[in-house]
Amino acid sequence: MHFAVIVFPGSNCDHDCYHAIKDVLKQPVRFVWHKETSLGDAEVVILPGGFSYGDYLRAGAISRFSPIMKAVSMHARDGRPLLGICNGFQCLTESGLLPGALRRNESLRFVCDDVWLKCETSRTPFTCNIEPEETLKMTIAHGEGNYFCDSETLAELEDNDQIVFRYTDANGNVNAQANPNGSMENIAGICNLQGNVVGLMPHPERSCDPLLGGEDGLRMFTSVMQMVISS
Amino acid sequence: MPKALVYVTFKAGVLDPQGEAVRGALSSLGFKGVNDVRVGKFIEIELEDTDDILADLERMCQDLLANPVIEDYRIEIANESKNGEKR
Repeated sequence: MHFAVIVFPGSNCDHDCYHAIKDVLKQPVRFVWHKETSLGDAEVVILPGGFSYGDYLRAGAISRFSPIMKAVSMHARDGRPLLGICNGFQCLTESGLLPGALRRNESLRFVCDDVWLKCETSRTPFTCNIEPEETLKMTIAHGEGNYFCDSETLAELEDNDQIVFRYTDANGNVNAQANPNGSMENIAGICNLQGNVVGLMPHPERSCDPLLGGEDGLRMFTSVMQMVISS
Repeated sequence: MPKALVYVTFKAGVLDPQGEAVRGALSSLGFKGVNDVRVGKFIEIELEDTDDILADLERMCQDLLANPVIEDYRIEIANESKNGEKR
């Protein structure tokens, strides 16, 4: 099965994603430059982390006007798997493919750390191999990961099973101490109504190798692989 | 050529940690009674004068300059008068 990693000017986790898919997951993957207009035979699309367009204006605000984003939106509307990681998550909220917005961290500091996450739903292609309530360790590295939406949207996210990950402590408890950036309800990742579009601030692609401190992130890639192969 | 002045600020009710940090700094400088500080963006746009200028600016704000989920915006038009002074 084929993966595409979109490359914007300023993306800097594109190679991490490429490595995780090609060398760890052992699946075909190609970079797609943002000026391209087709995703080719890609079955899974990843918007990687970084600072697309230098985070000018707002993080993710300008990348949604890149030519490739039309094809990415079509891919999402067709119900196919689309994952936005960190800046990729910011691009998805800015482009309206996911609800809400990511604001400056409450501390005003860039946070680079390992965090614990609780999986909230197995219904997305990227979490179908992860049990709800299961805790995973992943890395975060962002200055603007403070998830916000209005109370109506938050209620919809809860009611429609659209919250995918929350920040927790090592024992899986959701509390203020475990919240690294001030996100509402400790939200670390969400999905669209259908579940095929997932965005999260943590970096699963950096947690795919014991050498780098853990391989819990690989579960998201093995999940989507299983989902696509079995469909 | 008209110049548009666009002010983008966080919506009321959206916490502004940057404004809060500035408020704290003003207090430590000794300024008493600074109750609230909100930090926003100011954008100047020079553009051709057309009949649709306000409608265009409105769309610019909706589609790009502000994120309507968290931000409000205000548009002003500043015309350059003949002696070069702005009004």
